[in-house]
Order: sequence, then structure tokens, then C-alpha cells
Amino acid sequence: MNTNVTNNIIPLNTIKLGSSCKVNLLTAEGIIRRRFLDLGLINGTEVTALAKSPSGDPIAYLIRGAVIALRSEDASKILVEKI
Amino acid sequence: MGLTNQSTGSNAIDKKLNLNYTYTDNKIIALAGNPNVGKSTVFNNLTGLNQHTGNWPGKTVTNATGKCIHKNKEFILVDIPGTYSLMANSVEEEVARDFICFGNPDATIVIVDATCLERNLNLVLQTLEITNNVVVCVNLMDEAKRKGIIIDTKKLSSILGIPVIGTSATKGKGLEELMDSVYNLTFTKIVQTPLNIQYNYILEKAITLIQNILIPTLPQTINTRWVSLKLLENEKTLLNSIYKYIGFNINEKPEISQIITDAREILISNNIDDKLLRDEIVSTLVTKAENISKNVVSFSIEKYNSTDRKIDSILTSKKFGIPLMILLLGIIFWITLTGANIPSEFLSKVLFWVQAKLTDFFLWLGTPIWVEGILVQGMYRTLAWVISVMLPPMAIFFPLFTLLEDLGYLPRVAFNLDNFFKKSSACGKQALTMCMGFGCNAAGIIGCRIIDSPRERLIAIITNNFVPCNGRFPTLIAIITMFFAGMFAGPFQSVISTIILTSVILLGIFMTLIISRILSMTILKGVPSSFTLELPPYRKPQIGKIIIRSILDRTLFVLGRAVIVAAPAGIIIWFMANINIEGISLLTHCATFLNPFAHLIGLDGYILMAFILGFPANEIVIPIIIMSYTATGSILNLDSLAELHNLLITNGWTWCTAVCVMLFSLMHWPCSTTCLTINKETQSLKWTFISFLVPTITGITICFLFTTTVRLLGLA
Repeated sequence: MNTNVTNNIIPLNTIKLGSSCKVNLLTAEGIIRRRFLDLGLINGTEVTALAKSPSGDPIAYLIRGAVIALRSEDASKILVEKI
Repeated sequence: MGLTNQSTGSNAIDKKLNLNYTYTDNKIIALAGNPNVGKSTVFNNLTGLNQHTGNWPGKTVTNATGKCIHKNKEFILVDIPGTYSLMANSVEEEVARDFICFGNPDATIVIVDATCLERNLNLVLQTLEITNNVVVCVNLMDEAKRKGIIIDTKKLSSILGIPVIGTSATKGKGLEELMDSVYNLTFTKIVQTPLNIQYNYILEKAITLIQNILIPTLPQTINTRWVSLKLLENEKTLLNSIYKYIGFNINEKPEISQIITDAREILISNNIDDKLLRDEIVSTLVTKAENISKNVVSFSIEKYNSTDRKIDSILTSKKFGIPLMILLLGIIFWITLTGANIPSEFLSKVLFWVQAKLTDFFLWLGTPIWVEGILVQGMYRTLAWVISVMLPPMAIFFPLFTLLEDLGYLPRVAFNLDNFFKKSSACGKQALTMCMGFGCNAAGIIGCRIIDSPRERLIAIITNNFVPCNGRFPTLIAIITMFFAGMFAGPFQSVISTIILTSVILLGIFMTLIISRILSMTILKGVPSSFTLELPPYRKPQIGKIIIRSILDRTLFVLGRAVIVAAPAGIIIWFMANINIEGISLLTHCATFLNPFAHLIGLDGYILMAFILGFPANEIVIPIIIMSYTATGSILNLDSLAELHNLLITNGWTWCTAVCVMLFSLMHWPCSTTCLTINKETQSLKWTFISFLVPTITGITICFLFTTTVRLLGLA
């Protein structure tokens, strides 16, 4: 991967509501990594941030047609690139 | 709340995976699927069994079974837990996997959601790795059509190499065809050759190495390729399951262990560690699912979920999310309170009229007085009370709550409240287990299986009792109606009652959060773990069905409990109230003993005694109190709440007593069934004991503080 792309790589929890991105790397380990994989979060998977809960965390994401809520700590372990 | 006679009370415990059916002609069919795909609707429609479906993930907490007759053949359907995967990441996934693999089902129906096919295909592919005898049921076809999603089931069938049937289970569409293909698969000995998932070259080499040694050793019903893959992954839960179900301990076979080590060496020499291996396996499946989905799904409408997003933007918004939630709860309580009055009064009039007639009858028969005492004063009256007071609110509350559930609102509650749970270092899904607790704490505790982290699951188990169940909820309503609604006249009466009831429930939620937090800081130290929560699409509930089903269900549940617990308890209490030692009844002896302590927490000896005797079931607490008071010689004809109110007042109740009874009812030890369930779920007497102590100590402390404050201020 070239450095140009690396600059655009951010944690999922920081993307704007309504915007979409592609999974670049999962930094999560153990059980949550398994959960992410179960949701189909592999490299290149498109994710859209849909809505925040009343307190701002968790955030609901659209992942492969399903709406999944993730806490910011967990979403930060998914690195994405903007599209 | 989706609780049935099968999933609540004592039926909640002792569900085993193994099915021992004596008929050999029966075919056992496993029903698998992601959570929230209408699996239970398919199950209900096929079996006619009254098992309830929920529009939130992880509904089926135990293996429900039911019978379905098709073409004069008997099929035993087993509803296994809804899971996204069979990789045994949680207890439920392990149960699901073990049933498909070791339960020897003759066929497995995988039910998938037509509106979200791609994600669901993952489970289909994983199931196909375990068994060839799979039928795919693409459910919610009608909903997909409404959303402009078109699915080519024929093409899907030819790609997967197995039958694929489109259904709309709520309307019963396609279920005949589904059973036809299950029939064909199980009775005509077709050998299906489904799609084979190929991994990369190195993985395949390692798999083959292990598979070659497993083929002669494992029974033919077990898919050796899949077991090899799992052994390669070092999947320990599978080793245990193989031992548990086939009695084969791989660890004791050095030759197999050696081969596994060799195979893993192949991977390591190619730089594939455990993490990469799993990523590779999952990626292969996910990519496969994606490709298949692209081939068979087409969209006729671009933004097919926009309505759901609009509803969510209100129901989970920063401004309205939580107030709307409380308002909805309040409305449900208001309808319950106002609606229950009329049938309640009617039932008690009828039932107590019958009691008078029964007494007359026994007098006419000339039986000894104690016969009438035991049967009428003891057994019948307790039954009558439980039925007239407990039944109407439950028959109203549950359909309403089920409505919210079927709409898909409950996961939004968990979404809204998650941050509070996070601050208590607990899991947001705890909100869902609390919702189940409204019906029955035992069911709520089994529901805690949806929480993956053992620490957070224990927290949810220990605090589940702060949600008033079926047996305590009407007690609260009765006390509120007697003591507080009467203080205000006119139309506001029911509003005030609603506000008080809502406050009590909110207090329960508040205590859950506080105690969760305290537990997280003390005996269950830890940081909040990760979790994912699905917000399923909103669905149009089948209102008519919900009403009929939940009223029937509740009626059966309450009547069942009344007969099993309340009737015998009534007899025991009658004895306690009527066996005299030194001229004073046994009940009074106990009550006098308890009185000093009970007084400290705002109760009296009889009330505390009632709570203790109510250990088998909370429904009987109030009947015991009444019987204790009436046995000591005051009024007898209690056919309305007003007269009951008078009885309590003459026995020294004040508003402070009423509040303390409500507080103590909300916070005291779990009932016996719940305790047994906790023991079964935690496999630990220690945690059962802690679950018993925590709410008890909390309740005593709060009642004590409340009473002392009230007394110091001279308010009562």
C-alpha cells in the first residue's frame, strides 16, 4: 500500500454520519475480531454510518444490508478508507 | 414479551439437546437461521405450537421442539438458537453447531432473510460445511418484494446445489413447498451434492492431511472435512463436543494429535498463524456469499430502507429517543392500569360469589369446619385472588409489550440505553434481557446467553431480578391502585397511578445500572467488552395474532401457576394460620419473631413472612398477607380492592408501608425457579447465592433508609 492511501485511513468511529467507507484493516483481536468477521467485515467491505444513539455512542452502521450498532471503542478497531 | 409456557417458569430449565424419540419413522429436522429472520414464525406455522417469535436478535434461548405432520409422515422440528455463525463464538452458536453436527438431524432447514440475503448466506455456507442435508428457506419474500428486492431462488438453488424455497411465513406462503422438499430429502434418499467451499491451496493440503486420518475413526454421520478444518483452527469447544456426543477423545490419540501438529506446521511454515487462518476461512466464506448474492439478488428500488431510517431518526434521536421511550412505557402502563380494573373487579365478584356458594355447599354437606377451611378459605381463595388480580393486567400488558417487540422497537431500547450500560461496565444487550425479565425472571436469565462476555453475563443475571416479573407486576399495580390512586379524584387518578408505576420501573432500571456498576468495581471487576447489536428492520406486527396468542398464553401461564403453586401454598398457609401452639397460630409465632426486623424496614412480621413463603412464586405474596390478617379475626368478604384497602389499614398499613412493600417486592430474593435457573446457567452455587443476596441486601437497605427518613421526618 502506498503512503498516499495510508493518509486517508481513519478509524471507523470517526467517519461522518451519512458517509460511506471501505474496510482497510481490522486491528481488533480475539472475540470482537471474530464478531466483525461474522458480520462480513473483511477488507474492501463497504460501511455507511447511519445514526447516533441519544448519547452519541454507539453508532449504527449499515454493513452488507444489515444495521449494526457498534460502540466507539470497537468501531475504532476497524480502519477504513474514505470513498 | 414473547414468553410462553414453554420458555418460562419451571419449563425454562432442563432443556436438553438430545432428543430421544422412540419412533424410528420420525424425521428430525433442525431449524437454523440468523436471529430475526422469522424462524419461530416458520416453526409456529409448521408445528402449531405456541412458541413466540421476537423481532430482536437471540430470541430462541432453548431448543424448542414441535411436531409437524406432512404427507402422513411425522417430522420433529427443533428450533435451534438463531445465530449469525456456527463458529462457536458464544454459547448459542455452540448449541446450534452441536445440534446440527451431533444431534443427527435428518435434515437442516436454514431460514434466511430475503431482505438481507448476503449476510444470511454466510450461515448457509457454514451449515453446508457440516452437513449435506440442507434445505434453504428464503423467508420474508413479501417484505423483500415491498422493498423492491428480487431474489432468484431457482438460480440460488442451482448454485448451492440444494433445494431453495421462497416463503412468507406470516402468511403461511411457501411452507407446503418447504415441507415437500424436506419430505423428498428425508424419505427418497436423494444424495445431495451441494456446493463445496474451496480454501486456498495450503489450507486444502493441511485439511486433507487431517481428514485422511479422521475418516476411518469418526462415525460416518460426522463431516470429517469440516472437523479437520476446525481441528486446524484449534477449536477447543469442538474437541469437547466430540468427546461429549461421540465419546471420542482426540487428545488421547497421539497419532491424531501428531497429524494435527504436522498439519499446523504446514500452515506455520507458510506464515499462516491462527489469526490469519481464521481471517482466511471467514474471508473465503464472506466473499463466496457476496458473489452468490450478486448473482441472485436484484433491486428495483434504490433506497429500500429509507422509511426505517426516518423512524429511527426520531425513535433514537438525541432529543426524543429517551423521552419517547419513557412515554411509550407510560402509555402501556396506563392502558394496563385502566384496562385491568373492569375485568379484575368482574372476576373477583364472580370468583368470590362462587366462594360463598362453596362455603354454603360444605355447610350443607355437614363436613367438619376444617375441610371447608382448607379447601375454600385456603386453596380456593388463594386461587381466586391470584386469578382475579394477576390475570387481567397481564392479559393486557403482554399483548402491548409484544406489539413493541414485534415492531422491532426493543433493540432500539438497547441502542438508546447502551451508553448507560457502558458506564456501568456492562453490556447493552442487558436491556434486552431485562425486557424478558418483565415476563419471567427465569426466562430473562436464560436470555442472558445473548451476552458473550462471561463477566457481563453474570452482571445481567445478578441484576435481572430488579425488573418486576409477571408475579410481582400486578402486586405493584394492586398496591398503587389501593393506596395512591384513591388520593386523587377524577380523571387524573389513572395518570397518577401510571406515573407511580413508571417511576417504580424506572427505579428498577436505575438500580440495575447502579448495582451493575458496583459489581463491576468489586466482585466482577472489568472493563466493558465489545459487542455488536443488530437493529432489525421495522416490521408490521400481526396485531390480531399477537392479541389472541398472548392473551391465551398469559391466561394459560397465570392459570397454570395458580394451580401449581398458589393452590398448594394456600393450603399450607391455611394450616399455618390455623394450627395453634399455646393459643397462638404458627403464622403469628413466625410473624412475631420476624416483626422487630420487619419493622425496621417498614414492613411487619406478616408481610415479611409472606415474602418468605412467597419464595416458590411471587404471585402468592399478597394472598398470604390477606390470609394472615383475616385469620387473626377481622373481615372476611374481600371482593373488592376497596375492602382490601380497609383490611390493610386496620392492620396498621400506612402509605409508608405500601411504598416499602412495593420497594421490597421490586428488590428481594429471586423466586425458587429463578434461583434454580441461575444455578443451572452459572453452574455455580456461589453465583446463585450472590444473585440471591444482592437484590435482598439492596432491598433491605433501601427500605430501611426510606423508612428511617420518613420516620425521622415524622411523615408517617
